[in-house]
Amino acid sequence: MKDISSKVIEGDPRAIARLITLAENNDPSAANAMKEIHPYTGRAHVIGITGVMGSGKSTLFSELTRVFRKKGKKVGIIAIDPTSPFSGGALLGDRIRMMELAMDEGVFIRSLGTRGMLGGLASSVYDVVEIFDASGKDIIFVETVGVGQAEVDVIKIADTILVIIVPGLGDSIQTLKAGIMEIADIYVVNKADRDGVEQTVAEIQSLVDITCSDKNRKTPILQTVANDKKGIVELVNEIENYKKLLEKTKKLDAHRRQRYEAELIEIIRKRLMNFIFDESKFKDKVESLINQISRKEVDPYTAAEEILGKILK
Amino acid sequence: MEHKIRVLVAKPGLDGHDRGAKVVARALRDAGMEVVYTGLHQTAEMIVEAAIQEDVDVIGLSLLSGAHMTLFIDVADLLKKKNIDDVIVVGGGIIPEEDVPKLKKAGIAGVFGPGTPCDDIVDFIKKNVKR
Repeated sequence: MKDISSKVIEGDPRAIARLITLAENNDPSAANAMKEIHPYTGRAHVIGITGVMGSGKSTLFSELTRVFRKKGKKVGIIAIDPTSPFSGGALLGDRIRMMELAMDEGVFIRSLGTRGMLGGLASSVYDVVEIFDASGKDIIFVETVGVGQAEVDVIKIADTILVIIVPGLGDSIQTLKAGIMEIADIYVVNKADRDGVEQTVAEIQSLVDITCSDKNRKTPILQTVANDKKGIVELVNEIENYKKLLEKTKKLDAHRRQRYEAELIEIIRKRLMNFIFDESKFKDKVESLINQISRKEVDPYTAAEEILGKILK
Repeated sequence: MEHKIRVLVAKPGLDGHDRGAKVVARALRDAGMEVVYTGLHQTAEMIVEAAIQEDVDVIGLSLLSGAHMTLFIDVADLLKKKNIDDVIVVGGGIIPEEDVPKLKKAGIAGVFGPGTPCDDIVDFIKKNVKR
């Protein structure tokens, strides 16, 4: 019997799927396997795709996947949908537009619920990227939940970020706001066969023109109609050019460092929260403090200091 | 940490009536499960491949065309062929009484006809998952 980590490194789909589940459930056995696969990571190009609900993210990266597959690249897809804050359940529906891809051995699709994480990602997403990377995927797509304006955590994980916009969503003030309009490495105006596409492109163009963060590169704006497979090959070329630029300018290393920082914080956060709220000896104390706060016998700051004082002792 | 139950809901074959599948998917979500909905016109191969990648505990099949004796059993057989023994298969739709024992014998763990309360399906899944 081989252990799960060596099977993951060989690319065995069932081992990949199982290790993702263990990591999602914070199963203690996942940590060991994650340690063992880490030396095999660092090769994949992680591409984040973000945009409002209904902008066609799933369809777009199904089409991108097809083009990358023709080039012989192996693709991992992480599709994230929101977990219900009430039941803890989730309806993960991104696969609907990708079922044909699932029959291709070079494509692995995994749907994740956010499980309480804000910012547009799932809390296990760093683990899934590492698992896909170690299993030999060349390209990893991370599709965020349909975002509003502030779900920008995808910058912590992706080497390249595509922000998907569709014509006719908002006036020029919307595009000036901070948040998702700041994080694009490539803008994609999808559904570009719709009315108002010229205005949308012009508005993004004016945003790009007044941005002076990177003097050497103006963020490109590409138009696609993912449903009709239009503009996809051009977009893949742009993604590949950007990857070369990242490597040349050492920005790729900076991105990776940022991802490891975020991953480290997430591992510590999960373990700490688990320790405080799930460990039996602490849980009772925490519950009784919450009751005391409700009865106005103690204030939240004092309660927090009491809990932290017990841990840091 | 507790294991969250994951369910793949799929419609094999050619009928396009997916309201039942969506109602069940929603009920399972509200019961705290993660439901991967794959949509219409799936082959047994596509369903099993998706079940492997998503590492689900349950495959839920919905079918109203009358082809359940072939299509449900295809899924169960393919799982057996791939030595996957920790995934249960349940099915629903317009299924005549006399077919139910045959389906169960072929490896369909639960069969739910029209009018089944959603809670029954939720309870069945919670009791019968293998992990």
